[in-house]
Amino acid sequence: MEQIPFYLLAVLAVIAALGVVVMRNPVYSALALAVVFIALAGLYVLLSAPFLAAAQVMIYAGAILILFVFVIMLLSPEREQVKDVLKWQRLLATIFGVAFVLQLALVLTLAVLPPERGPFTPERLAQIGSTQAVGASLFTDFLLPFEIVSLLLLVAMVGVIVLAKKRV
Amino acid sequence: MTLDPLVITLIEAAVKTIVIIVALLTAFAYLTLVERYVIARIQSRIGPNRVGAIGGIAILQPIADAIKMIFKEDFWPAQADKIIYTIAPGIAVVTALLAWAVIPLHPPMEIFGYPINFYIADVNIGLLYLLAVGSLGVYGIVLGGWGSNNKYSLLGALRSTAQMISYEVSLGLSLVGVLMISGSLSLVTIVEKQAQVWFVFLQPLGFIIYFIAAVAEVNRLPFDLPEAETELVAGYQTEYSSLKFALFYMAEYINMLTVSAIAATMFLGGYQGPFGILPGVHWLIIKILFFIFVMMWMRGTLPRFRYDQLMRFGWQVLLPLALANIFITALVMLLVGS
Repeated sequence: MEQIPFYLLAVLAVIAALGVVVMRNPVYSALALAVVFIALAGLYVLLSAPFLAAAQVMIYAGAILILFVFVIMLLSPEREQVKDVLKWQRLLATIFGVAFVLQLALVLTLAVLPPERGPFTPERLAQIGSTQAVGASLFTDFLLPFEIVSLLLLVAMVGVIVLAKKRV
Repeated sequence: MTLDPLVITLIEAAVKTIVIIVALLTAFAYLTLVERYVIARIQSRIGPNRVGAIGGIAILQPIADAIKMIFKEDFWPAQADKIIYTIAPGIAVVTALLAWAVIPLHPPMEIFGYPINFYIADVNIGLLYLLAVGSLGVYGIVLGGWGSNNKYSLLGALRSTAQMISYEVSLGLSLVGVLMISGSLSLVTIVEKQAQVWFVFLQPLGFIIYFIAAVAEVNRLPFDLPEAETELVAGYQTEYSSLKFALFYMAEYINMLTVSAIAATMFLGGYQGPFGILPGVHWLIIKILFFIFVMMWMRGTLPRFRYDQLMRFGWQVLLPLALANIFITALVMLLVGS
């Protein structure tokens, strides 16, 4: 009974992910990607991580993907010639695809879940709140990585402005 | 007979959802009438006074409008993307309705010995949920504009994307001050904490930033550039007619109701009355109607921004102010707390 939402969301995510790759029209692919993000957000909720779910929808579906759609609409690539730019693109894609599937299979068969549960069990999360848990972890145990990522994002933003700005 | 508690929860949620949706759609129908009266008074006209008029007010006008909308020809642009053109208005309405799941409407009470909470869900990320759902609202407009395959529609959609993403940042940041004071993301807790003092008195700057950004988010004047009829015909909705147009119209009014309800909940204490007098849903309705009236008033009196003014205002005025508000709030809390 509890697993019905999981299977619904999982099937939806996989079908939509296939849609991203298979669709010829890039706008349809982008929309399928939005469905993947929302289904993933649903899975996060099932895993008692509602903060992650909200962040997923807000950042990926609400901001990043909208920018993709923005660019697609401006360039309208379906009117351009759709030819492989790289000649061996298909060959390379096949090799890397097979390698990736092998790696996934290897990881999934060899992976062993640790027998004891981590500090953030669903009960504890319900008690302190998932946002509070994320915030506390970010500002105590993971403070240095957090600050480094912030700096990286700042550098990227400044870089974009420098690159995009016209010389006056 | 005992029902599975899960089934009872599901039935309860379904009933609440239906009640809220019916109430919102009725409110939408009559808000169109209210808007016509408000704008008519501002422009020294009389307004609709024919259809089912009682005391000079056309009570049945929204019903007549609805019938007219349904029977209009449903026009399809020749090169339109059929699927996207059709689902875009639906996405607009659904994303507008979703926000109402977490807004507390009334203090909890018992009916026939059965405790009822007057919200659909009290999630501990309530506010983030609102922002996440709000950020999806732009899809309806963007897809409608792109799917119509019309240059005015596309221009309107592009403007709307840029505008909504720009103002969303200030909108989210303006609410951070409230979060810092209340210490919770749950809207139920936020409303309960305002029993004594409404947050608008502690966060006046945040409130003003929120309201300006919210008007921009719902694409109302003076921020109605996505539809700007003098330059873009009607922007993203140029090609829409009949029921699909009505759905876009509905989404706009429900969005007005939603941002007003969020403003009332976050800053004016939601269902709490002034000085704790008779808390109840009537206060929420009064507050929402007040905000809606202000938006109509702004439509009647303010000219539209130019596009570059809109962008400069959003990024160079509103965003720094929102950040300053967070900084000041943190500073004051630190000083008062110690």
